[in-house]
Order: sequence, then C-alpha cells, then structure tokens
Amino acid sequence: MRLTLKIWRQKNSETKGKIETYNIDDISPDMSFLEMLDVLNAKLINEDQEPVSFDHDCREGICGSCSLFINGRAHGPDRRITTCQLHMRKFKDGDTIYIEPFRAKAFPVIKDLVVDRSAFDRIQHAGGYISINTSGNTQDANATPVNKEDADAAFDAATCIGCGACVATCKNSSAMLFVGAKVSQYSLLPQGQTEASRRVVNMVNQMDLEGFGNCSNTGACEVECPKGISLDNIARMNRELVKASFK
Amino acid sequence: MSKKKLTFSLNYRKPRSQYKDSDELMICIRYYHKCNDTDKTKIIKKSTGVKCMLKDWNTDWHKTNDRAPIKSTDPNAKKKNKILKEKVKSFDIDELYSSVKNDSFSPYLNSNIPFGDLDKKWTNHKNTINLVSPANKRNIDIIVVGTGLAGGSAAATLAELGYNVKAFCFQDSPRRAHSIAAQGGINAAKNYQGDGDSVYRLFYDTVKGGDYRSREENVYRLAEVSANIIDQCVAQGVPFARDYGGLLDNRSFGGVLVSRTFYAKGQTGQQLLLGAYSAMNRQIARGKIKMYNRHEMLDIVKVDGKARGIITRNLVNGEIERHSAHAVVLASGGYGNVFYLSTNAMGSNVTAAWKAHKRGAYFANPCFTQIHPTCIPVSGDHQSKLTLMSESLRNDGRIWVPKKSEDAKDVRSGKLKPTKILEEDRDYFLERRYPAFGNLVPRDVASRAAKERCDAGFGVNKTGEAVYLDFASAIIRYGKEQALVNGEDENNNELVQKLGKEIIKKKYGNLFQMYEKIVDQNPYETPMMIYPAVHYTMGGIWVDYNLMTTVPGLYAIGEANFSDHGANRLGASALMQGLADGYFVLPYTIGDYLSKEISTGPIPNDTEEFIKAEKEAKEKINVFMNNKGSKRVDYFHKKLGKIMWNKCGMARNKKDLESAIKEISALRKDFWKNVKVPGSQDEFNEELAKAGRVADFLELGELFAKDALEREESCGGHFREEYQTNEGEATRKKEFQFVSAWEYVGEPKNAILHKEQLKYKNIEVKERSYK
Repeated sequence: MRLTLKIWRQKNSETKGKIETYNIDDISPDMSFLEMLDVLNAKLINEDQEPVSFDHDCREGICGSCSLFINGRAHGPDRRITTCQLHMRKFKDGDTIYIEPFRAKAFPVIKDLVVDRSAFDRIQHAGGYISINTSGNTQDANATPVNKEDADAAFDAATCIGCGACVATCKNSSAMLFVGAKVSQYSLLPQGQTEASRRVVNMVNQMDLEGFGNCSNTGACEVECPKGISLDNIARMNRELVKASFK
Repeated sequence: MSKKKLTFSLNYRKPRSQYKDSDELMICIRYYHKCNDTDKTKIIKKSTGVKCMLKDWNTDWHKTNDRAPIKSTDPNAKKKNKILKEKVKSFDIDELYSSVKNDSFSPYLNSNIPFGDLDKKWTNHKNTINLVSPANKRNIDIIVVGTGLAGGSAAATLAELGYNVKAFCFQDSPRRAHSIAAQGGINAAKNYQGDGDSVYRLFYDTVKGGDYRSREENVYRLAEVSANIIDQCVAQGVPFARDYGGLLDNRSFGGVLVSRTFYAKGQTGQQLLLGAYSAMNRQIARGKIKMYNRHEMLDIVKVDGKARGIITRNLVNGEIERHSAHAVVLASGGYGNVFYLSTNAMGSNVTAAWKAHKRGAYFANPCFTQIHPTCIPVSGDHQSKLTLMSESLRNDGRIWVPKKSEDAKDVRSGKLKPTKILEEDRDYFLERRYPAFGNLVPRDVASRAAKERCDAGFGVNKTGEAVYLDFASAIIRYGKEQALVNGEDENNNELVQKLGKEIIKKKYGNLFQMYEKIVDQNPYETPMMIYPAVHYTMGGIWVDYNLMTTVPGLYAIGEANFSDHGANRLGASALMQGLADGYFVLPYTIGDYLSKEISTGPIPNDTEEFIKAEKEAKEKINVFMNNKGSKRVDYFHKKLGKIMWNKCGMARNKKDLESAIKEISALRKDFWKNVKVPGSQDEFNEELAKAGRVADFLELGELFAKDALEREESCGGHFREEYQTNEGEATRKKEFQFVSAWEYVGEPKNAILHKEQLKYKNIEVKERSYK
C-alpha cells in the first residue's frame, strides 16, 4: 500500500505545531497502524529527520497509552478498538490519512502526538478508591454476595482503560464518561456504598477544576470508546450526584 | 568421617568489662561442621531468644557432663536449658554435612529461611522480626520502581503503614503498567469449589509446575497468603466474575486438577491493577506517595554498601534526577523483551534490574523463560510485538493439527479449510500425549508439543508455525446444555450453535474480538491459529526469604525477582505472586531492615556517590547522542531477538548457545560503535530511551545464554536437546537442583556463578508427569 500521511508535528508544549506531509509505501495490510508509524519512523531516522513521537505500550488494546486522532476520529475508523488494534486493512491503497493528537484543554501536548493525560490521574486521586487498608484482614470474599447483574455491570464500567478517547471526541471535551465509569463501578457494588456521596462530589469537582467540559448527551464518547463504556454510566453518575446533594 | 562442634555463647554488643553481672544477654548457638575428607568447615548460627543474666552464665558449660550452659542459680535454668537442647535438635546435620562435602554451594548466599515447620515459618517469622514504630515510619523514605501489581500494591501498603514512598514508572500513569494486560486470572487456595484444594495443594502444584527449581519456603508462603488477596481485592471493589448466587466464580488453569482461578472475564490483570492503582491513589491524595510518572530509572546508588537511592531520567524534559531513600524496592517486571518479539509491552525492559545487578545484586536463573503456547502467530517482518490469547481458552478450546501432512500442506496453501478436515483426520496431540491433563498441561509442555508438531511439518499457517485452537466442540457442548436449561430442542443444530456461541462469547468475548481484529478471521466459525511466544521470565534478581537482594536495602518483588516459579510458572500465578509480594510480604519484611535505620536521619542526595552515579548516567547518554552511527536502535534489538529466539528459545543446545554468546558479544560491540540516536537529550526522545534499554538487553542476553549453557539438564521452560527422554520429555538432573545466582564482574560471559542449593523437605521430588 502507498499512503500519504498528514501528521501533527509540535516540538513541545511551548511551541506552535503544524501538519506535515509524509509519503510512505510498502505498507502491508496486515500491519497494525502503529507498526505503520514504526515504518515511517525508521524511514525518518534513516533520512536524518526526527521521528514522530506517539504514546504506545502494550499494543494489545488494554494499557490505554495509544491515543491518536485518525481522520477525525479517536482511535481511527474501526469501532471498539484502540489505535494499536487498528490494522491497515481498514485503509485503501493511495489513501491520505490525517493523524493528530487527542485534543482537549486538559490534555496539553507534550510533543507531536503525545499528550499529557495526568488530569485523569488527579480525578482518580480525588476519590477513585474505596478507603480500606490493604492489610488483607477484611471479611471473607464470599461473605457478601453480589447480584450477578450488578457485578457484571460494575465490571463493564470498570473496563475503562483511561485512554481519553471520550474527551478527545466530545465537542465539549467532557470527561464524564471516564468519571461516570469509575463512579458506576463503585456505586454498583456493596463495597463502594459507604463513601459514595463523598466520592462522586470530589471526583466531579476535580473534573471541573481540570477544565473538562460538560455533557450535552451527544453520545459520541460511547461510540468512540474502545471498550464500549455505556452512556448509562453518565446518567448513573448524575443520579449519584443528585443523591449526594440531598445528604 | 567428620567432626562436629557445638558452642553456646552470649551475644556481647560491647566489651564484656562494660557489662554488669545483672545484665541480661541473648544466647547464640553456633554449630561448626567440618568434614575430614575435605577439611572445610561450615558454621550455622542460630539466635535463640533465650536470655541469661551474666552471673548465671556457666563459662565452663562444655566441661560438665550435662552440657547445661545456664547455672542453676537462674530460677528458670531447667526450662531454659531444655529450650536450648530442643533448638540444637532442630539443626539439620545431614544437610550441613552434604553442603560442606560438596562445597559448591555458595557461602555468600544466605536465603535467611526462618527455622521451624514449613507451615509455621511465615507466622513465626512475622512474630519475631523487628518492627518500626509508627512515629519512626514517618521519618523513613522508600523508593519503589515500577507500579504494576507488585510495585503498585507495595507502594500503597508501605504508604498506609506510614512510610514516605516515592513511586516511579516510565508510563504516563501508574495504571498503564503491563500487569494490566494479564488476562486469565489469579490463583488462590480458597477451595470455594470444594474440589479438594488447600494451601498445601497450591504449594505442591506450584513447586511441581516449576519443575522443582523454586524455593520451597517462599512458595509455601505464597500459597498461604493467596486467600487473603481475594478478600482484599473484593473489599477494594475489584469486580470478579460471580455466579447467579452472587458468589465468586472459578475456573481451571493449566497444570492443576482443581478450579482455583478467580477471574474478571479476560481482563483480570486490568481489574487487579486498577485495584492496586486505586489504593495508590488514596495514598497519593494523602501525600504519602509521591508519584513520578514518565520517569525511567537509570541507576542504583549505593552508599556504604547499602542501596540509598536511584538516578532517573524525566522522559518529558530529559532531566537527570537524584532521588534518595532508606531503601529501594525494584518492581520493574521481567525481561522477555530481550527476545524483541514477546507478549510484553513495548516499553517493558530490564534496565532497572540490570543496573541493580551491575551494582552487586546477583541475577538468578536468567535462562528460565516462559514460552506461552497460545499466542497469535507472527504475520510478517513488520511485527512489533505478539499478542497473547489467555490460557483460559484451553479450558474449552482443543488444540490440534491435521494428521496427514498432505492436509497440512493444503491448509497452508489455502486449498483446504480446517473445518472441512474430518474428525478422524485431526491429531489432538495434547490429548493424545497427555491424557490426564489433556489441553491443560503446563505451558512449557504445551509449547514444546506444538513446536514438535510444526517442526514435523504439520503447522497450519503460511509460515508453518501455527496450530489450531478449536472451540467447535465446546460450542456444541454448551449449546446443548443451554437448550436443555431453556427447555428447547437440544437436537436442533442451528439453535445449539447459536446458544453455544453466546456462552462462549460471555466467557471469552473480548479475546475473540481481539483475535478477529488482528487476524481478520472469525474464531466462532473457524478455529483460531496459535503459536508459542515469549511471555514471562521466571528468572530475575536473586532475593532471600525477606525479598532482599544481595545488596542490603535493595529489594526485588514480582516478576523482577526469581523466587517462586522455578523453571516454569503456572497460569494465573503471576498475578498472585505480584500482589502477595506487594501487599502481604514485602511491607512486613522490609521493616526488619528499616528498624536499624530509625536513627539514620534523612539521606542526602548530594553526596559523592550520588553525584558520581549521576555523572556516569549523563556520560552514557552523551555517548548515545554524539555517536552519529548509521543503524537504528531497533536494528540491534531485532537482531538480538533473532539470536535469542533461534538459539536460546524453546529448544537449546551446547553448540547454539556457545555461538549465541559470541554473536551477542559481537553485536554489542557493533551497537556501541554504530548505533544512531536522533534528536536531543533534553526533550521527549523515545529513541534515546530505547537505546539505553537495548544496551542492557545486549548484556543480559549474553548472561542468559551462558546460564542456559551451564545448566546441563532440561527442566521446565529450559529445554536442552541433549537432555531428553526417548519420548522427547525433559530430563531433569539431581545435581542441578540449585539456583544459579550470577555475580557481575564485567563482561557478562565472565560472571561468577554462586549456587543456592534447593532442598525439598515437604515434597517428594518426582519425575514431572502429566500423562
């Protein structure tokens, strides 16, 4: 395959960036998108140019490191996958592909396609945990049965990989799907009830402080989420927030 | 034959003249053992916990007949003397004799195994080791490198206990450590299924699965604390799979005959890591953990022989930083990426562990590598990494290749579809060779069997390096069962297929989706293709029972150490070990060391040692930046990977290993001469980070090959072609029942071998059979 790549290049957070054009051939349809970028980088290094920086690690869709905005879509054209799981067979020979970083006020660019998503970590610090010590001296794991449907729904919410596709996709750069997923996981389990109010209030406050926008129910986040986290989680978070305000 | 000498003595801490008669002192027993035939002496020392007042001490005790060292003036003399006699009995004379006789076992390795019965060792040890008071913990700093299951759980627990923790990870968030990618599950001896599981059985399975090359006492402790892990994680809000009664569900994994694996679909590692991450977050919010994301450890700093800090590079702005602490914990994972292609994450590296090795930590059993049988086969030269398909798939998937080689040929050329091959023309080779365990044999056995079939010409993909993993019969089995439950017709094939696929989807949905995205084939309709790939490294930094390395104050936990899995790890045991080390072992044992540090005060980071280590790290980076070579880092990494896979992979032999050592050494020279690193050092520069990692892999690879060469036996994941039975099974050798701990002295091929003898007192060492 021969491709034309239009890639966002930016030296660091202080400088202005711009789109640069690169031509590349000899791309196999069996390659993953990131392997295609590896090929480009190999070429750039051999030609004494600077390789394109991008975040990646596990390359199997679970660590949440990779983050590209491809042809205007977070993680590219396919659904329910991360960029590292996108394969070149989804493109045609001769295609022009635009590759940009995830853009949001709360995700400043570090270099090229690498952004700083530590705002997500700070939201988790604000309340994304159950306050028990890790002594192991808790009750037996089977002491409190959990309804299977609730356990499964908590699991579905907990599969969020924190990649930020929801934020990058949202026209308001809202992180509500991300926060909603964590709030839901705990609110669906008996273990999370004790400090439910405190958790949701703190996490939502931190989310606002970080500069994420609000939800206007467009649902783009759900479509682009590589793990298929449902919009229901946002509704559940809002419910929890209302509940907390009456306490 | 041999001479023995026993002495009791008082533990004086200062000159005897400075003691008063009424001062009480501990008694120490020393046991000297000397073999006449070798003229070597070995001493075991044992503190007793028995105290004696100076005036009641009988200095002439050894001249008296009853050998009582405490005088009758002591009101408890009888009792105390009795205790001492009992203690003497617990010395294992035979063991000592044999270790003196074949003095190959290193006097430098003290595994610090507590005395007593196996099942009481850990409890006794916890009861007797020193503690640090809460007020003192506030004045002690600990560095934790790595934030996976081991590092994340250790950092959280240490911070909860009150220590000041600095945690480091090279990823942009601690949640992205590669533990996140673990799929299948976590073992625990809960016996919720009532199928006869117990702590002993988990211990037994782990030692046997490791082909009798792990340390018995560490493994027993692991099995003991395993049940706590599940309690802990559930309390933390980890959403494990549950059945309709609301209780936790289990599944079975390779190499065992019980169902003890807890799971959260195919994302167990993710859920457990997020649990540890949440525990960390709570401590970060309290200010007890200072988190350093996107930081790579470049070196360990030792002051007066103790680990006192690390040198790091900030991967965003390139700054080299000095961090000091009273102790350093390495939780930096395994070194599977020495093979270039592995299921490890792209960033997983050996640098932290290797730098510790170069600073004096012995590296144990580097050649023990796990090649996982169920990974997606390589598709071409562009491949950057391999993807694992969870072992849990072997619960329901059956592994086969065509029986006839012409069928295999037709399948490879695309003329024949696997679904068209008749049942009688399929070779379910694991079920054939190992009827008792079938498709659930341990990983090393399954991998070798697949390689054997492919080498014999029965491979099923273009490259001839793949076997089938087939769910057709599981779909029918589940479909029929569900049809019965629903009260529908179990002979309606279409319905059965539909229902069966639904069940399979519930169990393995995300894995099937992952497979389909990568291979572009629907595994519900056509069998998956799989092939073994490098997955986990059992070897690692040598640690004692307290998880301390040979450098005082330097600890290694999780995959980074060597202790629990021997020559082969059982499925779902890595998660168990990571969390056991981090939540329940290290936080206690480290206190014993730190109790001596309470009056040390803050560790300055501007001493000579720190400045020197920082300078060295900077110089190395300068070499990379100014090298202006012609070949990319990946060129060397790929080349190293090829050597490793071809000559130190699933089957090894003397000739190949010898040539591997030479080739790696030559490649390393080429690397330092010709490597090309673009960009600059004071910015985000992935190539520079990679160069540092590959430089260390190029040294480790050589030690790996040397270790494999010197271990002249086959055991677990280490298969030497020279040592196999007629049926192609591994031949383990009694004389290699030891841990190889390598001391760094310069070139890896000159490393000095220290042997830690492995003793099995609670388990019979048998031929490992899964037939």
